[in-house]
Amino acid sequence: MNQSETGSTWNLRLYIAGQTPKSMRALDNLRRICEEHLAGQYTIEVVDLLVNPRLAKEDQIIAIPTLVRKLPDPIRKIIGDLSDSERTLVGLQLRKSGN
Amino acid sequence: MSNPSSAVSPTLPKAPTGIQGLDEVTGGGLPRGRPTLVCGTAGCGKTLFAMEFLVRGAIDFNEPGVFMAFEETAEELSQNVRSLGFDLDQMVAQKQLSLDYVHVEPEEIQETGEYDLDGLFVRLGLAIDEIGAKRVVLDTIETLFGGLSNAAILRGELRRLFRWLKDRHVTCVITGERGDGSLTRQGLEEYVSDCVILLDHRVSAQTSTRRLRIVKYRGSVHGTNEYPFLIEENGISVLPVTSLGLQHSVTDERISSGIDGLDAMLDGRGYYRGSSILLSGTAGTGKTSLAAHFARAACKRGERCLYLSFEESPAQIIRNMLTIGVDLAPFVASGLLRINSTRPNLYGLESHLATIHKLVNDFRPQNVIVDPISNMDGGDDSGEAYSMLLRLVDFLKEQKITSFLVNLTNGGEALEQTKTRISSLIDTWLLLRAVEVGGERNKVLYVLKSRGMAHSNQLREFTVSSKGIQLIEPYAGPEGVLTGSMRTAQEAREKALELARAQESSRKQREINRRRAELEAQITSLRDDLSALQEEAKHLDSEAQARDSVDTQTRLELMRRRGAAETVRDDTVGTTR
Repeated sequence: MNQSETGSTWNLRLYIAGQTPKSMRALDNLRRICEEHLAGQYTIEVVDLLVNPRLAKEDQIIAIPTLVRKLPDPIRKIIGDLSDSERTLVGLQLRKSGN
Repeated sequence: MSNPSSAVSPTLPKAPTGIQGLDEVTGGGLPRGRPTLVCGTAGCGKTLFAMEFLVRGAIDFNEPGVFMAFEETAEELSQNVRSLGFDLDQMVAQKQLSLDYVHVEPEEIQETGEYDLDGLFVRLGLAIDEIGAKRVVLDTIETLFGGLSNAAILRGELRRLFRWLKDRHVTCVITGERGDGSLTRQGLEEYVSDCVILLDHRVSAQTSTRRLRIVKYRGSVHGTNEYPFLIEENGISVLPVTSLGLQHSVTDERISSGIDGLDAMLDGRGYYRGSSILLSGTAGTGKTSLAAHFARAACKRGERCLYLSFEESPAQIIRNMLTIGVDLAPFVASGLLRINSTRPNLYGLESHLATIHKLVNDFRPQNVIVDPISNMDGGDDSGEAYSMLLRLVDFLKEQKITSFLVNLTNGGEALEQTKTRISSLIDTWLLLRAVEVGGERNKVLYVLKSRGMAHSNQLREFTVSSKGIQLIEPYAGPEGVLTGSMRTAQEAREKALELARAQESSRKQREINRRRAELEAQITSLRDDLSALQEEAKHLDSEAQARDSVDTQTRLELMRRRGAAETVRDDTVGTTR
């Protein structure tokens, strides 16, 4: 959806299971957060497990929605509708986790 | 084929597990199309139970299954069950099984809001559809609680999951780890309430025992006892406590004990087929020898005999019995006789029982010898040994198997008193007793009881030689029962006495004859004397007469000569002329 610029590109994959309200919320939240913190440096891929069920086992997805940061390394998994922005950022390692 | 589980039918349809003994205990298997909770402490065998349920379901009942593992990886699972003869990789390839390892690592996950477990549903759904699974295992879904922190969401999702599984009409086994004060740590029993099975693994007196209990089985009659089970080379074996309702059918048929003298004591015909025989005796009285005769007799009839030894190895038994003329080797070779030896204290009582069950079911003998039963409890003198014996005897009777149990008793305690409770289970009770007399220890055998027949109440002397066992009538004399060399000595003594008496008698006879002859001789001589005397008397008489007549004549002559002048004197006696 967004073109990458020079610099590290974030590769994000959002797993959903059908276009449920939760999943749509997650997508919206994700776009917002990415725009805010990773403008121009990210790609979002949406994987619908109802369309591609095999990926659930392959990628070890249990919860929906699950956001996986594929790049940069290491892989990070975040579950939920991303309404908790703080946690999302911590999960994405865009922010250090507070104590 | 699939029944909506709304109405409660009198008997729920059940999915057979194929696990030995379990289908009997549950009355047909686990509730079909519903979840069963299997819980227990670590190492109690839950995973194995669940896996065997799937594997046998696929192989024996053509019902493919999905195993969703939360703790072990697919490789670990394959590895662990390979030793049981389950080749999971092959089964997966043949679409009999589907393995899915669900990895839940808490550090990796951040929870950022609401979520559900649809990912899990998708995975499960796909797996089920891909192979047409009728069975599902979740082992152990409680792991999710460790990985995901929102317990409320989790509980809700679990509820949804079990509803979803029911809608899919798959028979499910859910495993859970035992909690303190609750069946499972996370209280899964709330959602899974159709059937709950508890597995227990106890170690007491250094032996481990495994037990299974059906805590709950909605809509089905089930035994509430604990059933011991074993985990062996080919999986789990549950020992069902067979009906202890004393409903055994019986037969009139009689079988030989292998010893003529003993058959003679048993109404002349031997034991009843299918009865239980107990042989009690102190050490060294020859119990194993008796058992071997029984085994040989059975094999000679062409029947299979299972010899369970807790003291000697098969080779030792065969060798020892050969010395008394009982050759068991050919029967072992032909497969009629199977000797199985184990050390009693390696396993708990239930394990022994379960092993015996298995051996009997595999080998299908008509006769079973247990030699001895006395050390199976490893000296632990609780009521457990009795209860176990009860179940054993009951099990064998139900199978119409003739059982021969050898009991070693301690010297010094009255044989009939030991373990009197056992006698109620026993149809025929033989006692071997050692009698110490005259510096020897001889053995006597007697039939203490034998139900249903007129048995002898006599003691027989029990000897073992290279020709086998023989029962001889012992000497019963005024000094009591004598056996062995005392008997032979006494018999010799008697003989000598007899002889002496006979001799004495004939001597006396001779003496009497002599006396009689003597007396008769005397009588004869006295008679002679008498007749001589009589003769003499006669002689004297006639002489006297002669003299008298001469005297009278002379007087008369004289008187005549004196002349008639003389008148007759007055003093002549008034004799009339």
